[in-house]
Amino acid sequence: MSEAAFKVNLKPETVKAVDELIGRYPVAEAALIPALHKVQDDLGWMPAAAMDWVADKLGLPRVRVYGVTSYYTMFRRKKPGRHCLEICTNLSCSLMGAEHLRDYLCEKLGIKAGETTGDGRITLEEVECLGSCGTAPVMIVDDEYHENLTPKKVDAILSDLELRDKGSADG
Amino acid sequence: MAEKVLTARFEKLGSHRLESYERDHGYKALKQALSMKPEEVVELVKASGLRGRGGAGFPAGVKWGFVPKESEQPKYLCVNADEGEPGTFKDRYIMVLDPHAVIEGSIIACYAFGAHAAYIYVRGEFKKPQRRMESALLEARRAGYLGKNILGSGFDVDIWVHPGAGSYICGEETALIESNEGKRGMPRLKPPFPAIVGLFGGPTVVNNVETLAYVPHVINRGPEWFIGLGSEKNGGTKLFGVSGHVKKPGLYELPMGTPLREIIYAVCGGIRGDKKLKAVIPGGSSTPVLKPDQIDVNMDFDSLAGIGSMFGSGGIIVMDETTCMVRAAARLAKFYAHESCGQCTPCREGTPWIAKILSRIEGGHGREGDLELILDICDNIQGNTVCPAGDACAMPVRAFILQFRTEFEEHIEKKKCPIGRFPAPW
Repeated sequence: MSEAAFKVNLKPETVKAVDELIGRYPVAEAALIPALHKVQDDLGWMPAAAMDWVADKLGLPRVRVYGVTSYYTMFRRKKPGRHCLEICTNLSCSLMGAEHLRDYLCEKLGIKAGETTGDGRITLEEVECLGSCGTAPVMIVDDEYHENLTPKKVDAILSDLELRDKGSADG
Repeated sequence: MAEKVLTARFEKLGSHRLESYERDHGYKALKQALSMKPEEVVELVKASGLRGRGGAGFPAGVKWGFVPKESEQPKYLCVNADEGEPGTFKDRYIMVLDPHAVIEGSIIACYAFGAHAAYIYVRGEFKKPQRRMESALLEARRAGYLGKNILGSGFDVDIWVHPGAGSYICGEETALIESNEGKRGMPRLKPPFPAIVGLFGGPTVVNNVETLAYVPHVINRGPEWFIGLGSEKNGGTKLFGVSGHVKKPGLYELPMGTPLREIIYAVCGGIRGDKKLKAVIPGGSSTPVLKPDQIDVNMDFDSLAGIGSMFGSGGIIVMDETTCMVRAAARLAKFYAHESCGQCTPCREGTPWIAKILSRIEGGHGREGDLELILDICDNIQGNTVCPAGDACAMPVRAFILQFRTEFEEHIEKKKCPIGRFPAPW
């Protein structure tokens, strides 16, 4: 679906959560980043229409929201694959083999870091320090940390994702 | 075995739950503090000399003392849980395993300088610590530790989690405040300092998670006990996160002033594969790298400053003889280039420039004069930006070159990296 055609249809609990967030601050605009998180958790990414929805909700100029969304790396302006793999290659992780793991993932998935597999299943990203250096190398898989990674563990993660996808397709 | 304070409860089942925390005398310090005058609480924390555990080492009590007593604007506490300095991974464990310690310390801080609201700014990627803090806050609210008239004291306070969204610079206090206000994380010029004009224009204190988690212990056991754990100006224990090429990487709570050699060789079991030590970053990626003949230094704020490095956040990155120093420096420079907020020209333009030159040296395309050029760029960044992020790139890059100059020169002369990639450990 093209971004322009995207219609924001948020779950009622997302709308409720955003309303509740606004009450935590003396000014509504302070709820912007937490609100964007709630919306992205619901939609899986941050289409322009979603940013506009948040802007209107908080009474902010839309351009303010675009500026914030584009500044912070966690907001996804492009629709990612069904699963997001974010591998850290900062120094502590790289000392423990993260660059080799990144290359291994690229080879297995047939994509470069920053790309999504052709079937739209997996997006691979190379990210900066995740604050998990003592259990390096580390990768976030759909919001969960996976630590002390090896190629074997990466294999297990990928087959687990495959099983999950099959399960949901069958179900 | 040295006393454990912050990690003492980490291995207990359900350590994050309120009932477990209360069983271990949790919130006793809060009751004690509420029975004192706010300024007495500030004085007590001042007397302990508790220094900020986020990296700068500024005494927490003194920071609280900067906040004006009377203020027309509401005052705020921001809890810095942005933990993004490469090599640092301590606050995450405190939030997951002992979140009530952070909450109790934060309530005491609010009471001490007169804030009625606090925000725990947790980096966006830390979903589990966010969930743990949220549920602990809910427990505390239900038990009457948060809300109106807490424990019948007449004091109102509430605390909320505020997630970040992936920006290293938001660990800098004024960028954190901007981000907490719903803006891009661009640091503010100081003065005015946050203690005078901070969050929503009100007087604000920004304290690190580890610092605040220590506060209840200081109240319960007193300044002398705290100083006795370490030394006069560097009291207490400290969480050290050791990563890289040691046999047992991980998080360790040790007395302030523990020698770096002891941490690497006794606590962490030495270098993996019994290889030779080549370099150590002592306190997170922005602290100047040390050589093996410097590891007899005591790990505290003043001793590290005394040998031209910094204590920083307690994130120790150990590199063995297989590590290419140019590659290590290039990787860190790439990080700073990525994280520059873009506000100040020296940092915005300088950090990617340094990263580009280091990467070409590592790739075998270094040019004569490149090292002088990098050092010149470092000089032009450091001290010329609104916030310390520019320095945070310039300092380690300069240190890598000055400490390992021959290795950098060899790359340029031979037109290739004589060492190669970081080897895979498997």
